[in-house]
Amino acid sequence: MPTKIEKDQITGTETTGHEWDGIKELNTPLPRWWLMVFYATIAFALLWMILYPSLPIPGATGLTGWIAREAVTGDMQAHQARLEPMMARLRAATPEQIAADPELRAFALAGGRAAFANTCAGCHGAGGQGAPGGFPSLADDDWLWGGSLDAIRTTIAHGIRTPEDEEARQSQMPRFLADGMLTAAQVNDVAEHVLSLSGRATDEAAAARGAAVFAENCASCHGERGEGNRELGAPRLSDHVWLYGGDKASIVRSISYARSGVMPAWQGRLDPAVINMLTVYVHALGGGE
Amino acid sequence: MSEMKAPDRLKAQPAAATPTPAAGQPLYANRQKVYPKAVRGPVRRAKWAVLALCLGLYYLVPWLRWDRGPGVPDQAVLVDMANARLFFLWIELWPQEIYFLAGALILGAIALFAVSSLFGRLWCGFTCPQTVWTDLFMWVERLIEGDRVERMRLDKAPWTAAKWARKTAKHAAWLVIAAATGGAWIMYFNDAPTVTREILTGAASAKVYFFFGLFTATTYVLAGWAREQVCTYMCPWPRFQAAMLDEHSLVVSYRAWRGEPRGKAKAKGVGDCVDCMACVQVCPTGIDIRDGLQIECIGCGLCIDACDQIMDRLGRPRGLIAFETLTNLAASEAAAAKLPPGPERLACGMAARAAPRFLRPRTILYAGMLSVVALAMLGAFLMRETLTVTAIRDRAPIFVRLSDGGVRNGYTLKIANKTHEAASFALALDAPAGLRLVVQDVAASDAEGRPLLPTRPDGLAQYRVFLTAPPGLRLPESTPVTFRLLDARGHVVAREGSVFLGPKP
Repeated sequence: MPTKIEKDQITGTETTGHEWDGIKELNTPLPRWWLMVFYATIAFALLWMILYPSLPIPGATGLTGWIAREAVTGDMQAHQARLEPMMARLRAATPEQIAADPELRAFALAGGRAAFANTCAGCHGAGGQGAPGGFPSLADDDWLWGGSLDAIRTTIAHGIRTPEDEEARQSQMPRFLADGMLTAAQVNDVAEHVLSLSGRATDEAAAARGAAVFAENCASCHGERGEGNRELGAPRLSDHVWLYGGDKASIVRSISYARSGVMPAWQGRLDPAVINMLTVYVHALGGGE
Repeated sequence: MSEMKAPDRLKAQPAAATPTPAAGQPLYANRQKVYPKAVRGPVRRAKWAVLALCLGLYYLVPWLRWDRGPGVPDQAVLVDMANARLFFLWIELWPQEIYFLAGALILGAIALFAVSSLFGRLWCGFTCPQTVWTDLFMWVERLIEGDRVERMRLDKAPWTAAKWARKTAKHAAWLVIAAATGGAWIMYFNDAPTVTREILTGAASAKVYFFFGLFTATTYVLAGWAREQVCTYMCPWPRFQAAMLDEHSLVVSYRAWRGEPRGKAKAKGVGDCVDCMACVQVCPTGIDIRDGLQIECIGCGLCIDACDQIMDRLGRPRGLIAFETLTNLAASEAAAAKLPPGPERLACGMAARAAPRFLRPRTILYAGMLSVVALAMLGAFLMRETLTVTAIRDRAPIFVRLSDGGVRNGYTLKIANKTHEAASFALALDAPAGLRLVVQDVAASDAEGRPLLPTRPDGLAQYRVFLTAPPGLRLPESTPVTFRLLDARGHVVAREGSVFLGPKP
């Protein structure tokens, strides 16, 4: 602390005693109103700390008892309450009734889009385009278990091969090579035959040999000409849509070790109204029947 | 204003502006309150007329009605935020047509440049809202507190009950005007009769009250308290004004060649300026026009009226202060320099003047720009479409491979019908033969089998459209397609291009 406060000769203002290279700092206090505003902000901050949760201590809620999570929950509940009349109607209606009513349909398409992004897009893609490796496209015209509103709703509600849902879509393709039902040569022949169903066989002789094996082992589910069976979720083998890949290696692998994709059941996890909205939305993606 | 005379105060200003403070001289000059004196004359009358016109338009236009049919607002000028429409008499604009507003603003800016280069700061002095409302507030102030001298005396007087009463009455009157101004602003965004009733009964929304309060406060503060400081310190216009003016612009000028040297009316060998300070006393920005063209001068011309009154009283010709060009000032100065003050000098100086040159490269350029923008606006407005269609192609998936080997693209068609009549349009496709068009959930079709799409009056209709290339059709990765909307007579009323994407061939 300087004992003697120096006064600047020219301005007559006191200096702070700080000096750098001969330049001295004048002690020019803030204007009073500015200082007051500064103090007011400190008072405001202290008041804020007391009123609102600000200390990192569990259970420290502040005098007002306001909690951000509760505020959000309240907002969400208010939002749900606002939607409730519409949701009640969506719950009570069948997907067919929703699709036929322009007002319900518009609501379901908008709500379905949001629910789809939240629940389904992870596997099926943002636009329902599917993903390689067993996540089917929902925008095309190929349906394993049926593409009517009713069939889509059943699939969403009960899932596919969901162990905990008794009404889930069930079927199991045998592991022909792994379980020794067919030899490797037979698998190769059958794969050639399957390729021939869409006109892509590379070995006509093998394809011909495979026809007999196919009729014996595969036709019961996939149909004699590979037309598929929706009751069993057996895919059509004569078209251009391949869930696990349509090249020969993929087909050999499918025959050898089987495929059994799983989709969760959403009944009980989603509001029935949301399941109905999703049904209408997926149906409208382009492939609905 | 303090007892210091205006010229002294102005001489002090350059010193205050330089960043080398002499001992005891602050860098910042406090505001000297301006007490403009009342004045009569042609310029003042013109200012009253412009003020009445501007304020009349501003306050009354929201109340004009315009019948647009049922279900549509009947206010002639309305910015309907909730429904995203701008109504101006017979014109109804959608948000995507906001460029018309931008065009109008550009037009206004160029017009301002043109007017400034011809007549100086006519906008600032006569029509600027800051000037108009300040003028109105000063008039109210004069009614309640009296003219310049009385106001100065009142401000110095101790706070007696009478002073309190006058000051309260003035501020109350100001607040009423400010509230009416803020209220009128709200009316351009809401139905005027409804929102007035709601504001008065306390039924209006918080938003309405907020903006009502905001515009009331800004009017009161800017026109009552800030006044000339807005023009001098806040407004950017005086700064680029300098770029608009040239030596041929008519600006409010003191004819120094005639007035100088100043002296008593009866003195010998002096000019016409008797240094009566009338021009300074009436100035709303508190400057002395005799110091020449200054950034603070808003070009209102009240000093012309004040000086002319004095000249009339002295029996001397008017026009010691006048709208004059710098060229003429210099010409008169040069011509009259050799003559002593007197009638000959005056006649010689006035004879040296030339008619102002209105046709100059600058003004021709502004006029040209003005016409180009105006024509572009007019053209855009006449060709404005009342039916538009936009096609938004699905991005996920980019295309869908169908089970038969075909390829499908999905589009969302949005049809904006800006008329108030419902109408259906047939959707036709310009694309390679074989591409199939299907509109989801639309069964109706016209005689030629094209899907018939209904539109919503004054609204947007949305459709899902699918284009499918059957398996045999060989198309490149990207094929341009055009959607066309046909009216009942088969005329194309709107079209939109897009592409059809598929796998690499």
